[in-house]
Amino acid sequence: MAEVEDVNKPLFAGLSDVSIAEDIPVEGDIAVPLSSRNADDEISTLDEPVKDTILRDLKAVGQKFVHVLYPKKSSALLRDWDLWGPLLLCVTLALMLQGGSADSKDDGGPQFAEVFVIVWFGSIIITLNSKLLGGTISFFQSLCVLGYCILPLTVAMLVCRLVLLGSSGLVSFIIRLVVVSASFGWSTFASTAFLADSQPPNRKALVVYPVFLFYFVIGWMILTFSPSQ
Amino acid sequence: MSASGGTKNTNTESWGGFDDNIIIQGSGSAVIDMENMDDTSGSSFEDMGEMHQRMKEEEEVTAEAAATEEETGEDGEFLGMKGLKGQLGRQVADEVWQAGKRQASKAFNLYANIDILRPYFDVEPIQVRNRLIESMIPLKMIAFPQKVAGELYGPMMLVFTLVAILLHGMKTSGTVIREGTLMGTAIGTCFGYWLGSSSFIYFLAYLCNAQITMLQMLSLLGYGLFGHCVVLFITYNVHFHSLFYILWLVIGGLSTLRMVAVLISRTVGQTPRLIMCGTLAALHMLFLLYLHFAYHKIVEGILDTLEGPNVPPIQRVARDLPNVASAVVNATVRSVAAVVHSQ
Repeated sequence: MAEVEDVNKPLFAGLSDVSIAEDIPVEGDIAVPLSSRNADDEISTLDEPVKDTILRDLKAVGQKFVHVLYPKKSSALLRDWDLWGPLLLCVTLALMLQGGSADSKDDGGPQFAEVFVIVWFGSIIITLNSKLLGGTISFFQSLCVLGYCILPLTVAMLVCRLVLLGSSGLVSFIIRLVVVSASFGWSTFASTAFLADSQPPNRKALVVYPVFLFYFVIGWMILTFSPSQ
Repeated sequence: MSASGGTKNTNTESWGGFDDNIIIQGSGSAVIDMENMDDTSGSSFEDMGEMHQRMKEEEEVTAEAAATEEETGEDGEFLGMKGLKGQLGRQVADEVWQAGKRQASKAFNLYANIDILRPYFDVEPIQVRNRLIESMIPLKMIAFPQKVAGELYGPMMLVFTLVAILLHGMKTSGTVIREGTLMGTAIGTCFGYWLGSSSFIYFLAYLCNAQITMLQMLSLLGYGLFGHCVVLFITYNVHFHSLFYILWLVIGGLSTLRMVAVLISRTVGQTPRLIMCGTLAALHMLFLLYLHFAYHKIVEGILDTLEGPNVPPIQRVARDLPNVASAVVNATVRSVAAVVHSQ
């Protein structure tokens, strides 16, 4: 019995040595650092006047337009994506493509809805396709890029409408064909400059083809547009 | 480990809870039921999700029990009925919210997970090009099953290309769709044919005991649309009827023969082979015929020449194309009508 207690005592003594003594200071900080910066930012944008918010957003959209018109290898479009620009372009294009048939009774509505649906569902399908092929950019970044690259085609639509105001014969058709083809090529080139980097190198063609088809369909809709008398 | 009086209930309760958790964890995850393993889900997260949820629920039940015991068992501090119910109510609401969120995210991860489709898009451009060319080359060996690629990228791109070509055809032929849109009709036609025809032939294959899966059928029929795309692209721009018939027979026939050869190599018995291949050939060739003639540029001259001047013209509105093209078309149509009349 006494031997057992003798054996036990060193054991308990060892255990007491293991516990942390009060004179050793415990260092480190386990508190989660407060990100008070974000809270301040949100409060400040909530309190500013609406004009400032709108102007800031418009400036961002305009900056991205410039990036599309001069497609360099920059990541501004991808880093802070937004969908205001694509919405603006889509609505402008749909409005301009409206009323483009000889039978104006029943084709006013579907034209707008058609363009809208083509643009957004086409973008969604291309995005899903590029993600399934192993792309690294996110869903909304891809939507943003595809939407912004419709800008050259919208400009071509404006030019076509102006040309059609003048004449509607063979010469105007050739001018329109040239303008639309150039802007279609520009759109495809601009979007591949942003999208193709995110794909594995040997599959770029697989991603570029749907984009080509998408802008081809939009370009075709612009080219075959003829205003009602 | 037993509750030592009423001094510090919390400590003993928490120790007790910890023990309970170990026991529950051990019994929950010791055996994985292989029956419930799902091939399609990547990590059988149904099982994991269920186990996780069960563990969480046990934890929450014990935490709730601990909380209630804390409230009722604390010496000298009686929060009153209102405080008790408030805290309990909040906790229960919180748990219900967590459980609901878990269920929703589980369902979302299960059904809206596009990673399910990822293996079917794993192709290289060279492979797609080779398969496009092979879809026009019928192979003669039908003694043993021919290989069919199970991918969906090529077929989907071909269907979209067909939609684009069809749109072009509809616009140049001046088709006016009354109830709906051009785009809707084109997409509905092409996707409807691809999916519906594949399902029907797959159903026949199931009846006739053919060794082909749905994915392979979709892939086969999708690649067969390559011939359609080529023929329609040519004939929507060059309006010669005889040219269309020659292309229909040659290119349509080649792609049909290829698909038929694949199906024959995977079926046994004369009658099943006949049924399946006859249906496939009929659907394929008739679809091309339909696409050409339904959206073909109809000129009033053809009706007058073929059926006589008493038939009222069809209610179609022509678009303003350059006059050159229409003059060529008129000349073509009259020459064809003359040929038909002379026979």
